[in-house]
Amino acid sequence: MQVEKFYYDNKIVKAFSYAAVLFGIVGMLAGLLVAIQFYYPAATFNFAPTTFGRIRPLHTNAVIFAFVGNYMFAGVYYSLQRLCKARLWSDKLSWIHFWGWQAIIAAAAITLLLGYTTGKEYAELEWPIDIAITLVWVVFGINMFGTILTRRESHLYVAIWFYIATWVTVAMLHIVNSFEMPVSLFKSYSWYAGVQDALVQWWYGHNAVAFFLTTPILGIMYYFLPKAANRPVYSYRLSIIHFWALIFLYIWAGPHHLLYTALPDWAQSLGSVFSVMLIFPSWGGMLNGLFTLRGAWDKVREEPVLKFFVVAVTCYGMSTLEGPLLSIKSINAISHFTDWTIAHVHIGAMGWNGFMAFGLFYFLVPKMWNTNLYSKKLATNHFWLGTIGIVIYAIPMYWAGFTQAQMWKTFTEEGTLKFQFLETVTHIIPMYVTRSIGGLLYLVGVFMMVYNLGKTITQGSFTANEAAEAAPLPKNATHHREYWHRWIERKPLAMLVFSLVLVAIGGILELVPTFLVKSNIPTISSVKPYTPLELHGRDIYIREGCYTCHSQMVRPFRDEVARYGEYSKAGEFVYDHPFQWGSKRTGPDLAREGVGRNKKSDAWHYNHMMDPRLMSPGSIMPPYPWLLDDPIDTASTGAKIRALQAMGVPYPEGFDQKANKDLMLQATSIRLGLKGEKIETPADREIIALIAYLQRLGKDITAAPRQTTAMK
Amino acid sequence: MKFVHYLKNIANVDIYALTAFGIFAAVFVFAVIYVFKVDKKSLQEISRMPLD
Repeated sequence: MQVEKFYYDNKIVKAFSYAAVLFGIVGMLAGLLVAIQFYYPAATFNFAPTTFGRIRPLHTNAVIFAFVGNYMFAGVYYSLQRLCKARLWSDKLSWIHFWGWQAIIAAAAITLLLGYTTGKEYAELEWPIDIAITLVWVVFGINMFGTILTRRESHLYVAIWFYIATWVTVAMLHIVNSFEMPVSLFKSYSWYAGVQDALVQWWYGHNAVAFFLTTPILGIMYYFLPKAANRPVYSYRLSIIHFWALIFLYIWAGPHHLLYTALPDWAQSLGSVFSVMLIFPSWGGMLNGLFTLRGAWDKVREEPVLKFFVVAVTCYGMSTLEGPLLSIKSINAISHFTDWTIAHVHIGAMGWNGFMAFGLFYFLVPKMWNTNLYSKKLATNHFWLGTIGIVIYAIPMYWAGFTQAQMWKTFTEEGTLKFQFLETVTHIIPMYVTRSIGGLLYLVGVFMMVYNLGKTITQGSFTANEAAEAAPLPKNATHHREYWHRWIERKPLAMLVFSLVLVAIGGILELVPTFLVKSNIPTISSVKPYTPLELHGRDIYIREGCYTCHSQMVRPFRDEVARYGEYSKAGEFVYDHPFQWGSKRTGPDLAREGVGRNKKSDAWHYNHMMDPRLMSPGSIMPPYPWLLDDPIDTASTGAKIRALQAMGVPYPEGFDQKANKDLMLQATSIRLGLKGEKIETPADREIIALIAYLQRLGKDITAAPRQTTAMK
Repeated sequence: MKFVHYLKNIANVDIYALTAFGIFAAVFVFAVIYVFKVDKKSLQEISRMPLD
């Protein structure tokens, strides 16, 4: 048969790799900055865009979507071409994909720093950017499927299965979670509210980890690890079982982020059980990766690429053992809201994702530049520095997590809480210092890699279009052969459909019951929509990323009820677009901030926002002085009310026209109250709205006629 | 203000969780049967794809 000559596109791989390194550094620098802010609050520079609440989403978005996203595309495009024995389907689409993704990253960085956020973790980007992500993702999909359908290889290697599942699931998750009602160009409200919003968000959030940070990287592992070790994967059979079991189990695991919350119990249990089951496919994958090196461990000693891959795969194993353990309710009761989660996440992020990336770059650059790595010794030093960095990062965070949980839950013999919340923070400051040193070491390693790869690039010569030859797939076969062949050709689409069906079933079965109960959620008659002033305050709370440090979810534990007040109920959140339950308590829970023993005066909040250490010496919260000066954006009040009305929040008809009058009335009463405390401020400042919101928290439920909770 | 387990209001909510297990079991069994029925030689051939 006539052999066809064609060229692999290395240029696009190079572009995505460069972008990954650049944004990796940006994302990690942002991470280092927020790590320092934990023990040196002045590092927020008294400047809104550099406060923790805005830099933290920048850090997570940058490392997930810019760093991992870009290297995922580099790895996918490099391996896909070679596994399909075909050039990428369309150069034009490749470059639209590349520049589209970089434009999204730039838009994300700018808008997050300006405080434009939906307030949903890892899905913070506002609606125009969400649409852009969808479009670019479709371009990526067309290019990928175009390449697969025009391939010269009849079989689809398992890595491609992982890529297909990634594409289809991320598309579904992104679209479902991004349903929002626009208020203006850069402001929207989540379509879902309260419990439902939380469930959709964590169904998305967990699967962002699963299908953005894991499955594509597993595909990369299944291609590049055998390639670097020069031996086939240990068990191809195991890889097939790994694939199907993993994608099916992952889609159910989201509710483990909401254990002991107001989420229905059955959904919590479902999330726990499927999460525990996830150990098996995950470890199957890890062992498959490590066993691939059987008889080749001597190479690991010599080859930095393999060193990185081995630690990456080991971290994948550790993370995927720990994840299921954290999904067991009794363990989650200790770990949740503490730094334990941060340690867990960073084993995955720095160990699995980071080290897979570094291994990939050390592999790709010498290959594409036709040379040897400039210095294996430097790469080995990077490996050790990175590994030590991970250890120094993670151990203090585990320690901090345990300490926090213990201190939160400790009672005195008299039966009162032993520690103030602030004590539980100041006690672990040394852990935060150590953690940032670990992060710094890790980042120094990355700079060493940049130098090493830069030197490699200068000494080599880049092949933009790498020549290759392969026979085309047979076209004129017998009837039987034709049938067989056509079936194979359809297989990628069948794979797409199967994967979609599996994950969609998972999604639907998990989400639907909670949506069905909308009409059944006990409408607590005292729970009322936010007043216009409180609504503005809530939007300021979201804009400043308060949810990155404060939860609004009192779990039904003795210590939490003692510390914060009555535990949270599903019916309280019916008007919360989006929900603000949070995932980490660097500061105390705020669900009952406006009532009971936690209630503070308006003046306290005013001074606290101006400088938290005035009211809470030793606090690590950043100051928010601009809230005292900036006026409330009253021009948007009507649009906000209308958007919420459209989603079923029962404001009276025509309220959008009267809302600002109502707002000023409430603001004036707060202003007069502050005046009584010798604080002079105009009524239309943002601080007034935020105070109104904070004073509202928890009020509805305590206003209700008290009844014993019926636990049947 | 009655905070009963309101999911009782949906008939047979258990069915959703049980279906999940059922589908998982089916997919898993199918995958296992599939990998043990596939020709070993062809699997070996496919597993060498990254190396060629």
